[in-house]
Order: sequence, then structure tokens, then C-alpha cells
Amino acid sequence: MDTTLTTNWILACYVDDVPDNGGSCIKHGDEQIAIFNFSRRGEWYATQNLCPHKQQMALSRGMIGSAGDSCEPKVACPFHKKTFSLLTGECLGEDDMAIKTYPIKVENGKVFIGVD
Amino acid sequence: MSKPTIIVAGNGMVGYKFCEKLLARSLQFQIIVFGEEPRHAYDRVHLSEYFNGKTADDLSLSTHSWYADNGITLHLGDPIQEINRAQKTIHSLQGVTLHYDYLILATGSSAFVPDIPGIEKEGVFVYRTIEDLELIKACAATAKSGAVMGGGLLGLEAAKALMDLGIAEPHVIEFAPRLMPRQIDSAGSNMLQLKLNQLGLHIHLNKSTAAILGDKKIDALRFNDDSLLVVDMLVISAGIRPRDELAKLAGLHVGTRGGVIVNEKMQTSDEHIYAIGECALYEGVIYGLVAPGYEMADIVAAHLTKGDKSFYGYDMSTKLKLIGVDVASFGDAFITEPDCRTILFEDTHKGIYKRINISNDGKQLLGGILIGEAEAYNMLLQTVNNKIVLPPDPEDLILGSRGGAASDGAGVMNLPDDALICSCEAVTKAAICGAVNEQGITNMDGIKKCTKAGTGCGGCVPLVKDLIAGTMKANGQYIKNVVCEHFDYSRQELFDLVKINGLKNYDLVLDHYGKGDGCEVCKPVVASILSSLWNDVIVKQEVIQDSNDRFLANIQKGGTYSVVPRIPGGEITPDKLIVIGQVAKKYGLYTKITGGQRIDMFGAHLNDLPAIWEELIDAGFESGHAYGKALRTVKSCVGSTWCRFGLHDSVTFAIEIEDRYKGIRAPHKIKGGVSGCVRECAEAQSKDFGIIATEKGWNLYVCGNGGSKPQHAQLLATDIDNQTVIKYLDRFLMFYIKTADQLTRTATWLNKLDGGMSYLKNVVINDSLGLAEQLEEEMQALVNTYHCEWKEVIESPTARKRFSHFINAPDEKDPHAQFEPMREQVRAKEW
Repeated sequence: MDTTLTTNWILACYVDDVPDNGGSCIKHGDEQIAIFNFSRRGEWYATQNLCPHKQQMALSRGMIGSAGDSCEPKVACPFHKKTFSLLTGECLGEDDMAIKTYPIKVENGKVFIGVD
Repeated sequence: MSKPTIIVAGNGMVGYKFCEKLLARSLQFQIIVFGEEPRHAYDRVHLSEYFNGKTADDLSLSTHSWYADNGITLHLGDPIQEINRAQKTIHSLQGVTLHYDYLILATGSSAFVPDIPGIEKEGVFVYRTIEDLELIKACAATAKSGAVMGGGLLGLEAAKALMDLGIAEPHVIEFAPRLMPRQIDSAGSNMLQLKLNQLGLHIHLNKSTAAILGDKKIDALRFNDDSLLVVDMLVISAGIRPRDELAKLAGLHVGTRGGVIVNEKMQTSDEHIYAIGECALYEGVIYGLVAPGYEMADIVAAHLTKGDKSFYGYDMSTKLKLIGVDVASFGDAFITEPDCRTILFEDTHKGIYKRINISNDGKQLLGGILIGEAEAYNMLLQTVNNKIVLPPDPEDLILGSRGGAASDGAGVMNLPDDALICSCEAVTKAAICGAVNEQGITNMDGIKKCTKAGTGCGGCVPLVKDLIAGTMKANGQYIKNVVCEHFDYSRQELFDLVKINGLKNYDLVLDHYGKGDGCEVCKPVVASILSSLWNDVIVKQEVIQDSNDRFLANIQKGGTYSVVPRIPGGEITPDKLIVIGQVAKKYGLYTKITGGQRIDMFGAHLNDLPAIWEELIDAGFESGHAYGKALRTVKSCVGSTWCRFGLHDSVTFAIEIEDRYKGIRAPHKIKGGVSGCVRECAEAQSKDFGIIATEKGWNLYVCGNGGSKPQHAQLLATDIDNQTVIKYLDRFLMFYIKTADQLTRTATWLNKLDGGMSYLKNVVINDSLGLAEQLEEEMQALVNTYHCEWKEVIESPTARKRFSHFINAPDEKDPHAQFEPMREQVRAKEW
């Protein structure tokens, strides 16, 4: 599906604003969105910043990495190390919770996020 | 028809085990248990751990509901007083009268108390039940010196308890010319005595006590040779006496020296009454260990359910750790030439004595004794019990293979299938290997659940682990203590690889030795290794740091951080106190004194951290590394500069040590303490390293721990000077940093270290690995490259930029972080 047709792209930040293989948080109205620069894989991801486990605005400060043989990209919340897939937003542990993910693209050193 | 009734007299370990064994075989009985003690069955073997912080609950073998769930009626604090064999009824202290079909006597034993004048005085105890321990504990609180009468296994356990309770001058008095006369020979006793002396235990052999002196309360012992020993308390551990009074009263046959006489089915002279455990006398022998008691319980359970099992005596081989010293005795330990040939190894330097007795044809192992190092015990015992033919050089069994083909532990796999691995629970090799093969068990916990092996005395645990590993290996499964799914190496292996190859960043390490893209487990591990090796500024690789290390502060509820400046040794000037107050006020921070004698400021927004630190650093503070797996604090008492009891200046020394090791990254946090005298106000023995002043210098303790599983630090060296303390600390800390698994405190590390404290002493003090100089140099390199991480950050505009919550609105704070008022300060809003 080509998301560009249905998505409202906003300029979130510049490539330099997010550390390599790490995350940063942006403010979009009242929303907090975590942006991850997975430079080791040349990929970018965006998710809600709120960890649903204890309702903490912390995911952008978490460590990213991969899980399993399929190398599912993931982020670990710094509070209690709950991990979430950056692709689907599903919690990778036994907990039944998930986070919202956003479409993201990089053009000319600018990072855009697709919002509703 | 109603179920036949079985009444069990006694709710000790063996009585409990009988219920368990019977339930496993049949549910066709009504079981009623009478116990004299007020609690349900507990683990008496590990009783001394009660003083190490284990609670009565920890020692408990089951819960109250276990009895109810299994339909057992339990009468606690209500011993059976009388048996009417004609009517097959019992009568209890609290007046319960019940009919039985079968009666099981599991009344155990009591401490043998010799008839010595003054034995009734206050301050004289026995060592048998939790209640005894509580009395001893209360008395030890004010006692300085204490003695144990009896140098046997239980006596030494009791001596350990006295030491754990802080008795400054513990003594052991033994009537025989050697310690543990039932288990070890005199050469072994000499070695054990040497080691125990080093640990501060005074041992008196060939001493027979003539009288206990004192007015109302004990104040000294007088021996037959008229010598005196001044003590504040005495624990009697001179042997056990079977509790056979109930049986005697009922007219059952008992031995002349006590014990209810039983046959090979554990039946007494009345076929409806059985006796098991330490009250039973089989062929003139009382079996004073738990394993044979369990075996007896199983035999009765089998007999009652028409099974066929008999008792034919029991192997009394034993291995235990006495006051940190391994002692083992197995098979025929005392047989001498010409009935056998003996191989001896003695090393007074390390305190090791080993003796094995082999048959004259050199083919069979008959028995032996191990002191100081008993790693080979399980294998040796199996070799005796299974009559395994010895190798051509049987000395390898105790010395290890020296050159030639190394034995790789394949030994356990060569045992016959019916080899008894866990004697407490009667689990064979086949059962353990079967659990691995058929149920996919891969660890000790799984084996415990599945087979119960290792749940009794725990002595077989190393052997079971070898069997699990051996079986998995035979199946082509590979097990290793790896960091995580991305690195097939242990932390120690990774440490060496990173060091040898000079790797300086995470991606290089992952590319060379890992796979995938890393995770929240391996990133901080590698970050810690890199820091321990190269000591570069950690924020240069911010994204591999745990959140606290990434932002150099401790994340708290709501996503704000706490700030802890270093206050070395807990000493602070009024001016610096004022600055902390001003900073906290300015940024709205909640302040609290920490357990490590410093001040924590909570509720700092991420954006404010650099400005807060700028002000603190201007006032002369530096990072306290409260966020890092690193040295936290070196707590001190005020010491000789003010205290009227102080022997040395503990504060100055604490500051020197804290300044030396600050900032150094380790597998886990490290805490230290320095006390100026033996009163130990700095609580140094609960720290990773503790330094306590003595008349002649300092005593150095290591590997203590507070936290969820508190553990006292153990004595590494005595009466050493300042330079030697630092030298040993350098070696100890660096050795820990290089070899521990991630997130392993020094206490756990020591518990897992093969050879334990004696090995660590050898490495640190005797330089047994030849590493001492290197360890000192590596530590010095870390000390020389110390930097305050916060100073580096506030001086770097790019580093400062990372301390904002919104990258697209750098001046805005996280509106989600909220506070509530509390006692004139704030607290984080509950999540």
C-alpha cells in the first residue's frame, strides 16, 4: 500500500537530531512521538513515546536492537525493559499490549512522519 | 470401609518426608501427624543459615496448606505422650486420644548433654531447634567470647553460628585428640585446624570439661587439667541422643545406649509400630544424617503399600563446607596399610589435604578424606560406590591430570545408569539423563522440579549439573553461559576478546563477535567492558548505555531524574551543603539522604540536568556515578579524629579509597565501607569491600551484600597497612571486573567462584595465578584516566543538546512529568 496517498506527512526533525542507532522524541500537538534512527540497518522507525506498561513517556530513551533469527527490530523501555516490535508495535514479551507505529521517511536530510 | 489410620509421631524432616513418600505411593491412608515443636517441618541440615539471614519460613519444608491440601491432620505443639499397644491408641499432651492402624515413630534425637557441674547455668545452650537458635542469638548480642563443646560436625556448625553472630572470640573444645573424629583422620584434622585458626576460631583438643563456673550465669570453663577458659556463653554439641522415651514407655525394645530397635523393614518389636530417622537403631547403629532417614521413610512407605524394599545400612559419606572450608569423607576413610594402599597429598600453603585409599591390586577405590578442596568428592564417591576400575595413575583423581590426555569431565557420563546421584531423594543417573532426554530439561531448577534431585542436602548439585551438560552435549546440544542471543560468549570471554583485539566501540564488537543488531542486554554489557578496558567518556557511545548511563542520572517515576553528587566518605563542608540546598530549591527538587551517606535530589527534568550540574561542578562537586554500574560510595564512621573509641582515621582512608576507584565501570555496582574500630559503625561487612580498623592495622573483608539476599563480607586479610589494603583491593576489584558475569554483585560472583574464598585469597594474596602485577597495573591505568563525566558533558555543546525532551522543541519540558506535594516537598505522581 502506498501510504503517501493517504498520509499527512509532517516534518519531524533533521537526520542529525537523532543519534545513530538511538532515538529522540518530537512533539506534535499534544502527541509525543519517538523516532528511531536504526543506522546500522539504514532504517527509520516512529512509534508512540508512551510505554503502555506504566504509562511513561520514555520509549525514545530506550535501547533499540533486534530479536530472533528474523532480526525483528525492537525497542526496550528504559523503565522495566518491556520490548516492542518497531514494525508492528506488538509487545515481544508475554504482556498483551502494543504501541502505535507511524509511517516515516527521510528526504534530503529531513525526517517526515505520517500522521492522521 | 474407612481408610486405615497412620499416626506419625514427630514432624521433623524425616517425619515430613515419610508423609511425602507415602502420598506419592498411595492415597489410601488417613494420615495424622503429631509434632512437639510449634512449627511445621523445617530444614534442620541448613539450620546455621538462620544466622545468615534465612528466616524460619525460608527453612520451612512446606506450608500449612500443604498438610491440609493432602488431607493430613496436623497437631503442632502437641507431642504424643503415651502409646496403648493393646488397644492401638495414642494419647497426646493436649489430651487427644486416637486409634491407629500403624504408628510411625519419627521422634528424632535431642542433644546429648553431659553431666557436668554447672551445666544448668544461664548462658549454656544446646543447638538443635529454631527455638535454641533464638536463645543463642539473644545471648550472643551481649557476649564477647563463646565456646562450643564438641568438635564434631555439628559442633563446628555451631561455632560457625557463633562467628556469624559476631562473637569476637569463638572457641571449640573437643575431648578427642582431633576434630570430627568420626569423619577425618588426624592429618586431616591438623589441616582443618590450621584453616579454622586462620579464620579466627580457637581450637582446644584433648580437653575434658570438669566444671562450668559462674555465679548464676556462666563465666568460665574449668578443664580436667585445671586450666580455665573465660567465656560468656557455651553451646553444647557433644553428640545426639535418640528420643526413645515414648517407645521405652510402651515397652518396645530399645538399645542399651538408646534407640528404638528396628528390623530391615523399620519395624520395631511391635509389627504395627515403625521407627525411622535418628530415633531408630538398626544393627546397633544410629544414622545421624538426613539421607538415611529419608531412605528409612521410603522403606516404610513401601512396606505399607506392599512394596518390597529393605534397609541394609547406609553409606555415611559426607561432604560439607565448614566455616568456608570444604571437608569430605567417603567410603572407608580410615582403612590403613597393609589392608590397602594410601595416596596422600598435603599442601599447608593452601591448606589442602587429600587422602585416598585404594585396594592392594590398585584397581578399586575404597575411600578417602578431602580437606580444603573437595571438588572431586562426587566423582570419587561414585567411583567407590560403583566399583569403577581405577585408571593406571589413580593419583590423578585427587591431583588432576598433569599432562597427557586431559580428563574433560566425561567421567560422569561413564557412570552406570543405576548410579545413585542424589542419595537424599534416591535419584539415579538414568532418571536425571532421562529428564534431559525425554522432557527437555536443561537446567538445575528443572531437574529439581522433575526428579527432586538436589533438593535435600544439595551435595549432588555439581554432579547433576555435569550430567545435564554431559547429556546435552551427547545429544549435540550446546550450552554455555552466553551474554544474549547476539553473542555466543560469556561476559568474561567477550572481555578478553575485546581486550586482545583492541576493539573500541560497540559496532566493531558486534561485527566481529556477534550477530543481529544487538539488544538492551548486550549493549550495556559491551559498554561496561569498553569502559572497564579503555575508560573513554561513556556518552561518546550514548546509545549503547543503559538509560541511566545515557543521561548520567537515575530515571524515576514520571520520567524525571535524580541527581547525586559525589560526597567522598560522607564528608561535606557547610558551604557545599548550602550549594546543594540552593540547587535543589532553584530546580524544585525533593532531597533525601541516601543509604550511602550522600544526598539525592529527585525530580530533575532532563532539560535541567546540564544546568544543575554546571552549578554543582562550579561549587567543586563531581559526578557521584549513582547511575552507573560502578563504585557508588565508601561509607565511613567518623573514626579516630573525633570518636573516643576510634583506632584509626577511617574518614581519611574512606575518602582516599573512594577517590581512587570512583568512575570505574564494573559488572555491577560496588559499595565500600571503612570503620574505625571493631564496633563497625560503617557497616562495612555488608559491602562489596569492608575495611575495619584493628590495633595493628586494618582487616579487609570482601564480597558482602545488602539487598534482597544479604550476605556478610568474608575476611580476606588481617592486620594489613594502608598500602596493602589498596594493593589487595586493586587486585580483587580488577579480578572481579574481568571475570564476573554481567549484573553479578561480588557476593554472587564469589558464591559461584570455584574454590570460593580460599581460591580468591590465593589469587589476591598469594598470587596463585601470577596475575597480581598485571591486575594492579590495569587498575592503576583506570585510576590515571579518571574523568568527571558531567564535566565532559557541560563543556560540550553537542553533548548538552542530547539533554532535551523534545528534539523539535528543545526548551519545553515533558508535560507528562508531574508531581504532588508531600511534607513541604514534592513527590512523583503515582503511576
